[in-house]
Amino acid sequence: MSGGFSRPMAGHVPVLRLGDMLLVTLQGALHDSMADQLQQDLAETIVGSRIRGVVIDISGVEMIDSFLGRVLAEIAAQTELLAARTVVAGMRPAVAITLVELGLTLPGLRTALTTEAAMELLAQPIVPVRTGGVREESP
Amino acid sequence: MHTGAGVEARLPIRSDMDLVWVRQHVRQAAAKLGFSLVDQTKLVTAASELARNTLVHGGGGRMEASHVTTGGTDGLRLAFSDSGPGIPDLDRALSDGYTSGGGLGMGLGGARRLVHDFAVETAPGAGTTVRVTSWVSRPPRLRGDV
Ligand SMILES: Nc1ncnc2c1ncn2[C@@H]1O[C@H](COP(=O)(O)OP(=O)(O)O)[C@@H](O)[C@H]1O
Ligand SMILES: [Mg+2]
Repeated sequence: MSGGFSRPMAGHVPVLRLGDMLLVTLQGALHDSMADQLQQDLAETIVGSRIRGVVIDISGVEMIDSFLGRVLAEIAAQTELLAARTVVAGMRPAVAITLVELGLTLPGLRTALTTEAAMELLAQPIVPVRTGGVREESP
Repeated sequence: MHTGAGVEARLPIRSDMDLVWVRQHVRQAAAKLGFSLVDQTKLVTAASELARNTLVHGGGGRMEASHVTTGGTDGLRLAFSDSGPGIPDLDRALSDGYTSGGGLGMGLGGARRLVHDFAVETAPGAGTTVRVTSWVSRPPRLRGDV
């Protein structure tokens, strides 16, 4: 098992590696450049370390605007293309209410209420959410 | 009623670091004036969209925050201004999904939905100022929302 903190990624965004999963914790004051960097680093880590699932914990995120929303959606899409899956966990109610009013419903983004629930979701066999890009999985 | 202390500010918007300060100030000012958590989040999100537009499309500028009142109700007014290229077609810029490049095109129209009052002053070559105001909802609520 290769658990523990991986090398510092994406400026100050902590990434914890748990076997073939990554737990990314976004919090507080996130700069645009940090979010951009995270997106790039995750793609490389997924391929380089044979990651199958990414959980992004946003319970500490106080707002999602169209920039961060797009970064999350792009991370999810690119993860899918790299034969892995992303689940966004712990969105605050006020953030969800605001996102809908902003007009961003982020289809294609898998969500869970907690990181534990997200981990459980990723441990289940892959259910296709889009045609194409889903790899075959044997139990 | 509140005084303007901790609310009134004039902040530069020159880098993505400045966007962080803008969001932080709007959050604190809105909390100080008594906005609910959801309304604080709406204001901060609108401010983030407008400040990013000032930076990305307007080439940088500033935000001015002020405390306004009407009939005993407190409000927060935010003005984002730049001396960039201006917005040639405002209706198009406000429509969901329109971007002149790089974005999702949800910022301007989305910000308008997230605040109570929204006004844009712009002309080709003469820069852009977007003024938004939201009011603290206290029972009986000003808007029909929950
Ligand atoms: N301050 C500004 N100065 C010049 N153009 C602007 C400004 N704000 C918005 N715009 C124009 O309006 C368009 C729509 O803005 P927005 O909805 O925020 O989408 P996005 O920023 O994702 O492109 C922008 O693409 C840009 O062309
Ligand atoms: Mg924008």
